[in-house]
Amino acid sequence: MNDLDFPILSAIVLLPAAAAAVVALLPKNRPDVIRLVGFLAALAVGVLTVVLAFAFDAGDAAYQFVSQHNWIEDLGVSWIVGVDGISLFLVVLTGVLFPIALIGPKVHRDVKSYTAWMLVLEAGCLGSFLSLDLFVFFLFFEVTLVPMYFIIGGWGYDNRVYASIKFFLYTLFGSAFMLVGMLALVYLSAKGKPVTFDVRELAERGTLAESTARWLFLAFTAAFAVKIPLFPVHTWLPDAHTEAPTAGSVILAGVLLKLGTYGILRFAVTLFPAAAVDLAPLLLTLATIGIIYGALVATVQKDLKRLVAYSSVAHLGFIVLGTFALTNQGVAGGVLQMVNHGLSTGALFLLVGMIYERRHTRQISELNGLQKSMPVMAAVFTVVMLSSVGLPGLNGFVGEFLILIGTFITHRWWAVVATAGVILAALYLLWAYQRVFHGTPTGDNVGLPDMTWRERAVMAPLVVLIVFLGVYPKPVLDRINPSVEALVSRIEKATDHRQPAVATRHEVDGE
Amino acid sequence: MLDNAFLIPLLPLLGFCVLVAAGKRAGEPAAGWIGASAVGASFLFTLVAFFELLGREQGARSVGDHLFTWIEVGGFRVDAGLLLDPLSITMALFVTGVGFLIHVYSIGYMHGDERFSKFFVYLNLFVFSMLMLILGDSLLLTFLGWEGVGACSYLLISFWFERESAASAGKKAFVVNRIGDFGFMIAMFLCFATFGTLQYAGIIEGAEGAPHTTVTAIALLLFVGACGKSAQLPLFVWLPDAMEGPTPVSALIHAATMVTAGVYLMARAAPLLALTPDVGTTIAIVGAATALFAATIACAQDDIKRVLAYSTISQLGYMFLAVGSGAYVAAIFHMVTHAFFKALLFLGAGSVIHGLHDEQDMKRMGALKKWMPVTSATFVIGWLAIAGVPPFAGFWSKDDILLNAYEKSPALWAVGLLTALLTAYYMSRQVFLVFWGEERWRKAPVADKLELTEPEPVGDQAAVAVAPALMGPGDQVATGHGDHAAVADGHPAAGHGAHGREPHESPWLMTGPLVVLAVLSVVAGFVNLPFGSWARLEHWLEPVFEESLHHVDATSSTKLTLALVAIAAAGAGLAFAYATFMKAKRVDAYEPAILKRAWGIDAIYAAVIVTPGRALSAFLAYVVDAKVIDGVVNSLGTLVRGGGGVLRKVQTGYVRNYALGVAFGATLLLGWVVVRSGGV
Amino acid sequence: MSVGGEWYLTLAAALFTIGAVGVLVRRNVLVMFMCVELMLNAVNLTFVTFARMLNDIGGQSLVFFVLVVAAAEVVVGLGIIVAIFRRRVGATADDLHLLKG
Repeated sequence: MNDLDFPILSAIVLLPAAAAAVVALLPKNRPDVIRLVGFLAALAVGVLTVVLAFAFDAGDAAYQFVSQHNWIEDLGVSWIVGVDGISLFLVVLTGVLFPIALIGPKVHRDVKSYTAWMLVLEAGCLGSFLSLDLFVFFLFFEVTLVPMYFIIGGWGYDNRVYASIKFFLYTLFGSAFMLVGMLALVYLSAKGKPVTFDVRELAERGTLAESTARWLFLAFTAAFAVKIPLFPVHTWLPDAHTEAPTAGSVILAGVLLKLGTYGILRFAVTLFPAAAVDLAPLLLTLATIGIIYGALVATVQKDLKRLVAYSSVAHLGFIVLGTFALTNQGVAGGVLQMVNHGLSTGALFLLVGMIYERRHTRQISELNGLQKSMPVMAAVFTVVMLSSVGLPGLNGFVGEFLILIGTFITHRWWAVVATAGVILAALYLLWAYQRVFHGTPTGDNVGLPDMTWRERAVMAPLVVLIVFLGVYPKPVLDRINPSVEALVSRIEKATDHRQPAVATRHEVDGE
Repeated sequence: MLDNAFLIPLLPLLGFCVLVAAGKRAGEPAAGWIGASAVGASFLFTLVAFFELLGREQGARSVGDHLFTWIEVGGFRVDAGLLLDPLSITMALFVTGVGFLIHVYSIGYMHGDERFSKFFVYLNLFVFSMLMLILGDSLLLTFLGWEGVGACSYLLISFWFERESAASAGKKAFVVNRIGDFGFMIAMFLCFATFGTLQYAGIIEGAEGAPHTTVTAIALLLFVGACGKSAQLPLFVWLPDAMEGPTPVSALIHAATMVTAGVYLMARAAPLLALTPDVGTTIAIVGAATALFAATIACAQDDIKRVLAYSTISQLGYMFLAVGSGAYVAAIFHMVTHAFFKALLFLGAGSVIHGLHDEQDMKRMGALKKWMPVTSATFVIGWLAIAGVPPFAGFWSKDDILLNAYEKSPALWAVGLLTALLTAYYMSRQVFLVFWGEERWRKAPVADKLELTEPEPVGDQAAVAVAPALMGPGDQVATGHGDHAAVADGHPAAGHGAHGREPHESPWLMTGPLVVLAVLSVVAGFVNLPFGSWARLEHWLEPVFEESLHHVDATSSTKLTLALVAIAAAGAGLAFAYATFMKAKRVDAYEPAILKRAWGIDAIYAAVIVTPGRALSAFLAYVVDAKVIDGVVNSLGTLVRGGGGVLRKVQTGYVRNYALGVAFGATLLLGWVVVRSGGV
Repeated sequence: MSVGGEWYLTLAAALFTIGAVGVLVRRNVLVMFMCVELMLNAVNLTFVTFARMLNDIGGQSLVFFVLVVAAAEVVVGLGIIVAIFRRRVGATADDLHLLKG
């Protein structure tokens, strides 16, 4: 492993940032060049992330490709990037989604700023996933807000100003808790030892009192819960999703929300295992409520994008559920589901965007019979929808099932209630599909052009991944598992939490 | 062949892939033949595997075929592996066999449809999923197929999506099935938590040592899943609506194969059921109740396909009655014979609908015997088979079930017997109305116009189908049936307008499969005759069930008596229908409104579940989300803004004011420092 | 009679007060500006005095910083004032309350 003799992770983070700078220098009146440069940069990052996934050593639970440089020595702040099974596929997901989001939807004005902001956003997301220094993570975590704010506010729909400000303030509000928690953690962990923001080091120190750890856990979780978003702090999401331009929605759902679930796993749970075990019932309950609540609210939405947004609330609830099951299956399922949700919801937003480009409306009541004139779009939509519903053989099922089975063995009743959410998912998506695609087209819905080749090319990688991850998720799970198992056994060492025997690998079967 | 068993499901999958890629280009009828040959080849492979298995000695007739590891996390591991044993091979045989026939039939039936190739795409995917369901060696693989067939069913029911009713029916089927799947999923979780595996072998091995309540819970939850898929009480409501799909779909999915998946699952779970007799009793009661319940409804339906749909529910009830009585072989036996004769009846009905240009109302049929000789002859065989007339297939399998039910409890037997009587009645009613009597289709149906506007049962497709024939341009009756245009261009018969109103026999592509199925409906009974060594199916399936199988220990005279009573019941039903519809020449008789509305179950569900559910969702969305949660968020915003409004007054814009503030602050700070340091 | 450090400090305090009062009460922008300079230099004087009294060169060196900054500030400040006077004739500080909330 690690036979790449250049700092690939730093390159992955810095390349989009550099590309953003380049784009900023390009002349404004050449949108085609700007789009091409932006796309190629994002594509290069995507290729790098895929290379990373192949170079990644599947058997190793530790951080790989770590590179470390001191930055602010007195404060113990360093540039540390590293990747493990938990972050690997989020990085790949980011690498895959950004080129698609950049080239897919049309941009109706000011391509230059748009492309630059998107690239800054990509750098921020990748930096957040790869950074192992709490301080640098926080910087990247906050940096992502700015481009997203401008993308929603600058290229969104009618109510974009309200939505972008709500998005910004809501998440910033949560982050404030994290900032305090982070400083307190570093200060309290530094007693008699050098100050450090290195997550690996902080996790090992563990000198916190029980109640302190609990408060700090809550502070971190507050920030991430808003980002995820967990019920009841989810209301920024439907507005932001609905008003954001298509690419914004894709990235928001596909990548930005994962910062929350990833952060919970990487920081909240890793740094405060005892508190995570103690407070798991609370978070499981919120997650379960989110699953049912998001699904029920989605059923009565009149706006297609809003419906998908609420479905995200439900899906992210599943991820949190799996995470706080604190079993191999639950956590690994959660990590996998982060990727799955990014793919299928990203694809759904792209499709809704394509419908919008044709009909200039997202109101479900104004759409009907689209399958008549757009059979290919309907077919792609069906696949993506079924993936979102959790049909076995497509990606959504594997993650969802692992989460539920992992939760069931430790928290039975939560899993049972959450499983009911699976029924509801079928209800709201199929109902929406019926109203939009089925029936006889009337009015403006007659004779719409089907997907263009460009649109097909944009959707193709997503559909391929959706099917592949559903049929053969093993390569992905093999890379996720060691890190997840290490994390769960770390929690077991630190607390009296124990997974049931069935959850761990047993050698009886003669492996 | 046993080593290459993966070819059995792989071929339809390949067919699916080829059709997705090139189906449209292949066009009609090539796409149909591609689909049919994939399934046909799969049938041949299954046949080879069957004979290889047959060549082995009894104990060695279970072969596993591990393909690859599907999901593995910690101790949770699911392999993509196939399990070939007598049970799965039996199922695979009739799924691929009947599937092939129906593919061929569909080439004729779907002739002229604008989405001809897509139909076969779905059909092939369905056969693949069904085979995974059957051949999978773990609960999760079965679940993969289970959901797969559900999805295909959804796609095929709403195949003519231009019709609102078809779209709704597809969605309803999927969602109701999902309710059952909820039980299936929880059962899998429990299995994993208890046994640490989802493989059938591991579960059966561990079942003995597991706590009784857990096993009971697993068995019950699996049964919930089976109820959804096999349309048992209370989850049967989707199946009648599923008749919105093209008729071959109704035959393949909603009669012969998919709906029997629940029975198959129960048969697989036989060792668990053997440990929990209470669950068995529950299943038997639900099965018997469903059988009777659906049979009563079938007596009052006018739509030719709806009669068959309720009949299917009723026959599935029989199978569950058998499963609950421990008579798994009888259940499988009936499943096989039912697959033959019900597929035959559905395809026959399709042929009739096709020949009558999309007429589905039996009251507008009649005397078709003369016009459609092949269809009517084969339909009659199907009728005799389902009615339980010896020596047709249905008699033997139904008799087997009734005998076992009698040993479980005479009350269950009585319900089964009553159902048999009703079955004979409603099937005879159908046959007499469709093939004998007057040529009612000649009559201009103007007289019935008023009836059309009356409220009719949900999914009123008879009226929808007949609407185009009724309508002059701009006719006001069209309101409420506005989707008729979609029927016309969605349906294969669109190209038949030139033929006029005379019924016609269907092409050989359609009648051919009818003949084959008719032959099977006659002879299928002989695979399991209740005479010692003639019970071949029982000997063949025995190693699968072993001691969980209930063995009949009634005396020969009891058996004979029961059989005679059953024949008498069938005869009674038949005779009664004959008297009513042939002698008295009545068209409508004994059709209470409540039965036409299927006991109003749909309305009850709408009132109890759908409406409150929708109200709750609306409450959450428009009150809790928009007012309460967002209210708090927005009022926080307002609060901050208000506070700012107050504080902005401080900013006068005059430099001196600011300077004064600075001076004042500095003085204050200085004072504080001086006081703190004890300088004063 | 030797002139002790207290004298210097008293002078500095007086200069500072004059400057502060000037900023507060005058309306003429230029005069206010000069008052600010007065305050700065009062502080400078304090620095030098303390450096001398405590024998610490730090205070002296800090004066250089203040001088440099003050010079820079004068450049910017005068520039702004000139710009203002070009736009409106005889403006007083109170006329420029565009930042009123």
